[in-house]
This record gives sequence, C-alpha cells and structure tokens, in this order.
Amino acid sequence: MDELITLNQGSGGLLTHQLIRELFQKNFGIPDPLTDSAICDSGGGTIAFTTDSYVVDPLFFPGGNIGKLAVCGTVNDLAVSGASPKWLSASFIIEEGFPLKDLSVIVETMAEEAGKAGVKIVTGDTKVVEKGKCDKLFITTSGTGILDPLRMHTGSGTNIIPGDSLIINGPLGNHSLAVLGARNQMSFSASIVSDCASLNGLTESIFSGCSHVHFMRDLTRGGLASVLNELAWMTGMGITADESSVPVDEPVRGLCEMLGFDPLYLANEGKVLVVVKKEYAQQVLEIMRSHPLGANAAIIGEISDYSRPVVTLKTTIGGKRILDMLSGSQLPRIC
Amino acid sequence: MKYIDEYRDKALISKLTDLIKDSVRGEYTFMEVCGGHTNAIHRFGIRTLLPESIRLISGPGCPVCVTGRSYIDKAVVISGEEKVIMTTFGDLIRVPGSGSSLEKLRSEGKDIRIVLSSLEALETARRNPDKKVVFLAIGFETTAPGTAVAIKQASEEKIRNFFILNAHKLMPPAMEAVISDGVNIDGFICPGHVAAVTGSGIFSFIPLKYKLGCVVTGFEPADLMQSILMLVRQKNNMIPGLEIQYSRAVSEEGNILAQRIMTEVFEPCASYWRGFGLIKDSGLRLRKEYEEYDADHAFSYSANEDEDDAGCICGEILRGRDIPSSCPLFATECIPENPVGACMVSHEGTCNTWYRYKRNG
Repeated sequence: MDELITLNQGSGGLLTHQLIRELFQKNFGIPDPLTDSAICDSGGGTIAFTTDSYVVDPLFFPGGNIGKLAVCGTVNDLAVSGASPKWLSASFIIEEGFPLKDLSVIVETMAEEAGKAGVKIVTGDTKVVEKGKCDKLFITTSGTGILDPLRMHTGSGTNIIPGDSLIINGPLGNHSLAVLGARNQMSFSASIVSDCASLNGLTESIFSGCSHVHFMRDLTRGGLASVLNELAWMTGMGITADESSVPVDEPVRGLCEMLGFDPLYLANEGKVLVVVKKEYAQQVLEIMRSHPLGANAAIIGEISDYSRPVVTLKTTIGGKRILDMLSGSQLPRIC
Repeated sequence: MKYIDEYRDKALISKLTDLIKDSVRGEYTFMEVCGGHTNAIHRFGIRTLLPESIRLISGPGCPVCVTGRSYIDKAVVISGEEKVIMTTFGDLIRVPGSGSSLEKLRSEGKDIRIVLSSLEALETARRNPDKKVVFLAIGFETTAPGTAVAIKQASEEKIRNFFILNAHKLMPPAMEAVISDGVNIDGFICPGHVAAVTGSGIFSFIPLKYKLGCVVTGFEPADLMQSILMLVRQKNNMIPGLEIQYSRAVSEEGNILAQRIMTEVFEPCASYWRGFGLIKDSGLRLRKEYEEYDADHAFSYSANEDEDDAGCICGEILRGRDIPSSCPLFATECIPENPVGACMVSHEGTCNTWYRYKRNG
C-alpha cells in the first residue's frame, strides 16, 4: 500500500466515509449504523460515548476558540444521540513554544463552557512535542452521557417514516466563514460570528416537549447537505429539501456568492437537524423558537415516499436538482 | 441580497418560463461555452423549468477541462524541483496528469499552495526571495488580464523569482472550432464575463459568418432564462444576431484598460485544447520582453505530447457531441474524488456538475 493520505480524506465527505468504513470500522469491528455516539449497555443502564479531535486553525476566531469548540462539539455529539451529557475528558497535544497565556485562556473557556452545558471535565492528558512537530495546539475530548431508553433511536433514525418533517435551528455557514475570516490570508472584514454553542439545553427541551422526535444530528463538517445524504443512506428513503426555507444570514450569503461556497455544505458548530413526525412539526418548531439557540428555526423539508436514497433540492427559483454529498475538501481545519 | 435576489425572483422566473413555453415552435439546441453558465444551469435546476424541446449542451468553457494533460505533467515536474513554490487556483490541484497530480505531490510534502489571484502568487514571490515561485496561469480572457498585471508588476519591481506556466486561452477561436466540427446547434449562450473584458464585438463573426444566434448572458437564473427566450425568438424569426442580455456588465467595447494590458504582455499563439487538439490563434503567449517570466524558459523538462484521457469521453463532451452519462466511466470509475478526466474535477466541469446535480435526477 503506497497510497498517501490526502486532505480530502479529512473533509467529512465521501473519502472520509470510505476511510472510516474500510479501515477503522472494519478493523475495530464496529457495527452499523455509524452514529455520532456509540450506545453502550453498562448492565445497569445505557450510556452514550463519543470522542472528537480539534485542529481548528486559527485557534481563536470570532465567537469562540478551540477550547470552546472542543467542549461544545463533544457535548453536541452526545446530545443529538438523545443522551444527557455528563462527563468529559480533555487531552492536549501542545507544540513547544506555545504561549502559556493562550493555553490559560483556552482552558478557562473550556471550564466556562462545561459549566454552561452542565458537564464535568473529569480526566485528561498532556503531551508536549518539539517545535514544528504539531501546529500550536490540538485538543481531543471524549464524553459520556446517560441515555434514556425511550430516546435510543434518535441517533440511528430507525423510527423515521415518509412524511416526517425536517427542522433546523437557525442560519447555516457562520462557523466556517468566521474561521475562514480569522485566517490571515483572507482579507474580508464581514461581521460573521461562529455559531459554536452547546446544544444539549435545546435538545432537552425538544425531547421533553415532544415524544415524536425520530432523529437528530448536528450539522458539522460537510454541512446540511452531507447530513441529509447520510440520513437518506441510513434509512434508504428519499429526502426533499426546500432551498428557499433554509435560513442563511445575509453576510454569509454574500461571502458564499463571492467565494463560490454553498452554505448547504459549510460546517456549523451549533446547528442541529431534527426529524419529527409531521403532525408535531409545528409544535417542535415553536419549542425551538422559544429557545435562545433556536430563534430562527425553520422547517426545511421532508422525508419523501421515494424509495431511493436521494436528496432532491427544490431550488430558490422553483427548479429541481439533486443535493449530493460534499466531494473533495472544501475548507480544511475548520474544527 | 441586492443585485442577486432580483435575478432569482420566483415570480419573474415563472413569467419567463411561461413566455418561453409560449414561444416554442419546434426543437432548439443551444450551447453554453462558459463553465459558470454550466454550473448555474445545474445549480438552479434551469433544465427542469424548460420545455423538453429545448436542449442545452455544454461546450469547451471550463479552463481546467480544456487544459491538456501535458500541462499538468509539466506542473508536476516543476513542483518536484528544489526551492520551488507552486501556486495555483484550487481546482487544478486535483487534475490527474499522466503519472501524478499536484494534490498527491502536496501530500508528499512538496510546497504547493492554493491562491485566489495572480497577485497573491506574486506576493508569495516577494515574501520568498530565495525560492522560485511558479503560478499556474490558466483561464480565458477573464483571468488573462490579471496575470498580465502580475507580470507587469514583477517586471517593474525587477522581481526575478516569479514565473508563470502559461496556458491562457481565447474563447472565440474555440467557438469557431465547435462550429467547424459540425455540432448541431441553433445558437450560443455567450460568456458574459469574457465579454465584460473583451466587449461583445468578439462574437459578431458568429451570426455573420455562420448564421447562428448569440446572446451575451449573465449568470443568474433570470439572465439565463431571458437569454434562452431571446435565442428562441431569434430562431423563430430566422434572424440570427448578436444581442447583449447581460447589459449591466457588458458593453460593445468592453474593458479597454484590461484589453490594453493583456495586449501589452501577451500575443496570440496556437494552443492545445483537450478534445480539439491544436487551435490556431486560440492561446496567449508572453511577448518577447516578458519571456524571462515564462516557466517554459526558466525550467527544463521533457514534456509528453498532449493526449486525451484513455477510456473517457471528455473530448467528445467538450465538443458538445456527447453527454456525461454516455461515458462508461461516468459515476463509476470517474467520480469527483477520483477523477479520470479533467471534466470531473472543476465545479465548472460538465461531468462534475452532472455528477453533483443530475446523477440520479
């Protein structure tokens, strides 16, 4: 095997999935479906368990830093699996010469965010490597949460039926473009702030207000388009999304037009897709809108009765096209 | 968003759709020769709004797609040399050459950087005086003036470590090659941004000499729909002419300043187009006084002959003679993650847009 890993294999698109399936899943013997968290039966109850590494560049960006991201990301992976996040670990790989002052700010942010999300960081690890052997700072967090048996299906979408409504909690693309804007080479000064936030408060209010939630997934790498495609594959059902209903902030739209990005593919760090039985869509929408992290929530499509796993997008002008999975790398090191 | 939303207005598009439907008398085939148009047509689902009797086909309008394989091979050889920084627009990095691609070289540790403009490449040269910085200069009349500005600045500042590997091309000779090739079309959706630089006049020979309609078109859905309506009416009235739909950006004379600097730095030459071979006067080469900035002069390598991709029908697609789904490799061996032909690489490539927007549709 003389093949080398390319950035595309970390994009969250098709090549990432291939690598995960053909190397990691196969060797570790992990059963399908692949969800945001593993569901483990401890004998006395069910827990959700997840892990994530953070390599965002730059470390500080409008709306957050790598530490906030490391807490929110793992909390969100647990929350969208239907679990109540409880305990986190945090491991740091630090490059020699990294300012202690910056590390302190990052760690204080993590403590603050953990407090807000109601989770405890209970264990961790520290490694320092020689200058040039890693880029400033990488963080890995793992987390566990308690899973209510009634919410067990949330990560895998096994309850989904045709007609179910798709809801997201607000505008897309802010995180990607906030990080991109903070990178030195980009010289735009739009006021775009990352949406980085812990979503467990929002998901908890949805679960406690409605028992017909069929699926949840946070819209990180690969964006809404990739999540919809994963969902279509998981369920074997078609999905119809309506481009005009997808909220996107004006500065994000403008920059996307200029830079040739599609907001449907951009990574978010505080957005969730909720699939709910059609009759309860309005109720869930109202619950979401009454939460600070869901003020601009919108119904953006539905599970169709089309029996092929294809995502169809109704375009803003009334045309139709397929919405495919992200191919290639759009923006590396966004989280 | 101002100046965008107006052209994506659903009611307006629906009105144009009705007008087109009412105007149709028989069959129509129009060709777009700009990758930006190909992408917009698919992205907005324009085809799904048109009557079946109107066929839109794509021509040789994506710069990445029409660039020959030997160009990538040269870029690969140069990138492998000591003390070289290769700078490129994003799309080219993934185009397969005969042996390797720039993306693979980058994963082996070669210094290959994505830039957004020729001036960013020049800035890289200023900041790295001990390195040779090479810019992959591709594109049509739209990007050539930018390259010309970078060359002029380099010359004025006596920057000696900046080079271009040049494959700039001109659109009208390729459109003439398409016609001479015998493709059966009723008119061209002409590239709006090329015309914004050159002026619409460069297309006037097409209705005059070949009796085919030409409408210089913008890139929003309303632009495309209005242009299609104009082309339908031209055919119905049997008066093929040159019209400007994209009048908010295009004039007859174009951007004189850009034309002037392009002519100052470049002169026309024969150029290789994937699918067509060598087309007379369809390329731009650096004039003698700027020759020192030409990577062909600064580096020595033996280049392969240009050849089209084995097994794939990129060439036929670029000539408007076939569609991606007819290719045996399409969506099987040739996918955006593992492109066989260049048309699958760029977001403006016909195969890539088909793959992303239409594969199952």
